[in-house]
Amino acid sequence: MATVDDVATGGPPEHRPRRNLTGYWLILPGALWLLLFFVIPFYSLLAASLFDPDGSVLTGYDVTFHVQNFGNAFWDYKEQIGRSLLYAALATATCLVLGYVLAYAIAFKAGRWKNLMLVLVIAPFFTSFLLRTLSWKLILADDGWVVDVAQAIHLTDALQLVNLADGDRLLATPFAVIAGLTYNFLPFMVLPLYASLEKVDVRLIEAAGDLYASPARGFLKVTLPLSMPGVVAGTLLTFIPATGDYVNDQLLGNTNTRMVGASIQSLFTKENDYATAGALSVILMVIIVAAVMVYVRKAGTEELV
Amino acid sequence: MSNAPESTVSAPPRAEAAHDLRLQGLTKEYATFTAVKALDLVVPQGQFFALLGPSGCGKTTTLRMVAGLETPTSGSIHLGDSDITYEKPYKRPVNTVFQNYALFPHLDIAKNVAFGLERRGVKNTKQQVAEMLELVELTSQAHKKPAQMSGGQQQRVALARALINQPEVLLLDEPLGALDLKLRRGMQLELKRIQTEVGLTFVHVTHDQEEAMTMADTIAVMNGGVIEQMGAPTELYENPRTTFVANFLGQSNLIAGDIEGRDGDQVKVRVQGAVASVPADRAHAESGQGWLGIRPEKVLIAETGHPIDAPGDVITGGFVTDVSFVGVSTQYQVRMPWGQELMVFEQNTGARGMLPVGTKVDVSWRPEFAFLLDASQDAMAGIEGD
Repeated sequence: MATVDDVATGGPPEHRPRRNLTGYWLILPGALWLLLFFVIPFYSLLAASLFDPDGSVLTGYDVTFHVQNFGNAFWDYKEQIGRSLLYAALATATCLVLGYVLAYAIAFKAGRWKNLMLVLVIAPFFTSFLLRTLSWKLILADDGWVVDVAQAIHLTDALQLVNLADGDRLLATPFAVIAGLTYNFLPFMVLPLYASLEKVDVRLIEAAGDLYASPARGFLKVTLPLSMPGVVAGTLLTFIPATGDYVNDQLLGNTNTRMVGASIQSLFTKENDYATAGALSVILMVIIVAAVMVYVRKAGTEELV
Repeated sequence: MSNAPESTVSAPPRAEAAHDLRLQGLTKEYATFTAVKALDLVVPQGQFFALLGPSGCGKTTTLRMVAGLETPTSGSIHLGDSDITYEKPYKRPVNTVFQNYALFPHLDIAKNVAFGLERRGVKNTKQQVAEMLELVELTSQAHKKPAQMSGGQQQRVALARALINQPEVLLLDEPLGALDLKLRRGMQLELKRIQTEVGLTFVHVTHDQEEAMTMADTIAVMNGGVIEQMGAPTELYENPRTTFVANFLGQSNLIAGDIEGRDGDQVKVRVQGAVASVPADRAHAESGQGWLGIRPEKVLIAETGHPIDAPGDVITGGFVTDVSFVGVSTQYQVRMPWGQELMVFEQNTGARGMLPVGTKVDVSWRPEFAFLLDASQDAMAGIEGD
């Protein structure tokens, strides 16, 4: 009976306000999800960062607005923070170079192999992240052929010069950590780059050639600027998780390659120092957000749309 | 010393031939078909030259080979004395106005126009860009992005971006195809004006026969990778050499006939019992069977028994099957005794009212307007399918 009424009165005028609400209904599940799994945990993390550092898991913590936590945590872990930013930046730069070449090849040169190559880019995700990183231990092992080759071509010597390796090994060096980060985050670089490059109209590249731009100039003046949204998205998707990564340095590095993610993990789970762990997490988040804002503003991608 | 007088006597170089575009035996083969077959063509410097043909006739492939965007399978392309057949596109003194304009979306209009100059290392481009934008009447839009402009404006930017380089040859690949009819007519006149003003060689690719006739000094009609006929628009229209040209450029009535032979400067043709004549220089077949061609507007029509103005070869026994009034003219379909329908366009002078459907009529044309084509060709060639 109610449905009959609805049908009878539900003409176009009454229908319109209801349709406008559809958007909100569609946002609701996502908003609830974020509230449950981002806002609430973030609040508790922020609260933890202000805990009285004298408390413990057993005796309980008090929120004492102990802001010194931030200063102490930053001072104690400044090396790990700096290392995280450096390693993540190096891994992102390597990913950008490798990923751009790969994405360019897939977008413009792959022809009928395009889909196969894209599947191959994503294929590693079918295996566990940990397993894949562990297998790098085997690849870079001291008695492996990779190390032999690296020594033969003096790669190990070169890495020592820039302090990314010590002795003639590869495993348990900064190089291994950066290589692991690069490997693990490469697909996050390639996919947005591919999406951007794939949209570049090849006729624009032809037009650049017609207007006296050599292939190299045409790339710098047309292809590269038009792929900037992909460069920005790819570097963010690589740099942000790489900075907080806590797996690669523990599996592939040594005690002198500790990144801040591993420190936070250990503070939370082993040392039970929630106050420092929380403060360190907030510091890392602030640094990343600030860096991203500066970067996005500099890259100026809003002009491209 | 003794040579001095001689050198002053020697003729100055023929400037007008120095930059002709010459295609010789130009061929482009793809895996499954041949797009362009041994094309020979000379475009004199300073001409507005149109390559006209239906889609897939090889006209765009030809243009892209001149631009350097496709490599010919064989043959050569010369610009003046230099062989540019395999020259890299960015080294050719040739610029293109692309079909979709291909404006750089990340650059504003001024930067789009300056692109070619900057790539060639010209330092101060401001003045030239300003002059070029003035030529295409877009001065006030210099700092807009291409996406903020209308199709017609984008088209003018594409033109300015190519013209500013003062190429020896400007290639236009269906540049007006994306514009609506009214804008297209305006741009046709505009393009012609600019070409006259700058005096560059324009090679214009189009499938629109009216556009080609409006603008070009010379038209080459292409079909199936070869040039069917080349000449001035009036020449092609008035004296087509193939059924394809007769049908693709305007419309034609093609009537089957037996060629009786040459009689002085006339060729006699027996058409369905009557004898018609065609001037010898318009007869492209000399014996056997032929298609007698006559343009619809050259056919005169009158009710049977009534006199026909300026009669020539008269055929009687037709009747009107369709009449359409299009303002400037009245277009009749006339069913002839042998079953063929002829098109007759009569100018709307007001001398007589429209003849209604079913009227018995005679048709007639001046023999000097008729043309004669070889019967081995398809009479329907070049008619655009509806």
